[in-house]
Amino acid sequence: MDIGVKDTILAIITIDKSKVSGGSVPTFYAKDMEEQKKIAFNISKITTGMIHDLENGCLVVVRH
Amino acid sequence: MFKYGYIIVPSIIMGFTSRVFMLRVDYRQYPSYPQGVLSHLTLGMIAAALGSVAVPAIVSNEFSAFTFLSLAAQQFRDVRSMERQSLDNIEPTELVQRGTAYIEDIAKAFEARNYVTMLVSLITSIAIYVLGNLEIPKIYAITGGIIISIITFLILNKSISRQKIEGIADVIPATISFKGPMLLVNDIPIMNVGLEASREIYLKNGVAVEIIPHDKNAVSTLSSIGQRQAIVHNASVLLGIRKDVDEPDFMPIARRNSDTGSIVVVMVALEPDVECLVEAVKKTLIIESTARKPLQSHIGRKVAD
Repeated sequence: MDIGVKDTILAIITIDKSKVSGGSVPTFYAKDMEEQKKIAFNISKITTGMIHDLENGCLVVVRH
Repeated sequence: MFKYGYIIVPSIIMGFTSRVFMLRVDYRQYPSYPQGVLSHLTLGMIAAALGSVAVPAIVSNEFSAFTFLSLAAQQFRDVRSMERQSLDNIEPTELVQRGTAYIEDIAKAFEARNYVTMLVSLITSIAIYVLGNLEIPKIYAITGGIIISIITFLILNKSISRQKIEGIADVIPATISFKGPMLLVNDIPIMNVGLEASREIYLKNGVAVEIIPHDKNAVSTLSSIGQRQAIVHNASVLLGIRKDVDEPDFMPIARRNSDTGSIVVVMVALEPDVECLVEAVKKTLIIESTARKPLQSHIGRKVAD
């Protein structure tokens, strides 16, 4: 049986702290968009997840 | 037993030849060559032998021998499950998966082809036996049997051949664009691509087509997820996919326009040639079990009005 974390948000990477409140998902704060992209890219490679843009300063990494 | 050699030998040869003709090893590389091909040829030989001995057995009053045909049916059901299992096992190792519907369809085709082999040799042996009783030289009876077997094979092969997408829908090139992070194909939102680098690759190497169904039957058939998976699998095999396991951004996708029922397929290919993608999609088989024909019902026709 295939057991694993699937179709869930693995991480949130944001430059706007006010948009994310505490929860169960690991949240990474970046100082600018450049760093945000870099963190998101690294996490996506580590987790083989896909990066999605919420267009509010937040990127989420989701494994499909 | 060799009294009936003139019936059995030509029937086995014709049955086996029909199996060889049905065993096409093409770009799909399925059955796998050489081992998969050999096992199917062997099974074809067994099917031909079983089909050809039925008539001589009955003629010799060996009625129990006829029950061997049911044994053969059992055997070929095993062929289906063997194929299914083998494809299921390698499915997780495919970059773009075939999908269970496609696997089921392949397995079914193998089973059906064995039945064709058996029927061809059975009909050959019946034909030779009947012609042999007409007081004509055996060589004419055998020739007649061979001609009948060729006709039988052509009819059976035609009747089990499957339709292609080009028969039920038009396939036209589509345009890829982005609205913010949202990937659009012909203005239908497909998915959110967050990484800018990925969006650039989509614009550079992405190819897309729109599949426009001819009628309501086609809309219904194309809505099947299994059918769509078969299309993207086929397209990615033929065009070459620009993707690795850690790049889910470039997973080829077939999405449905919920308003019209048309399907858009988008993929990032190594060689972004949209004409080839159109051809690849057109040549994809329609999976038998996903085909639906609502227009053959009263309700379906009424709704379509």
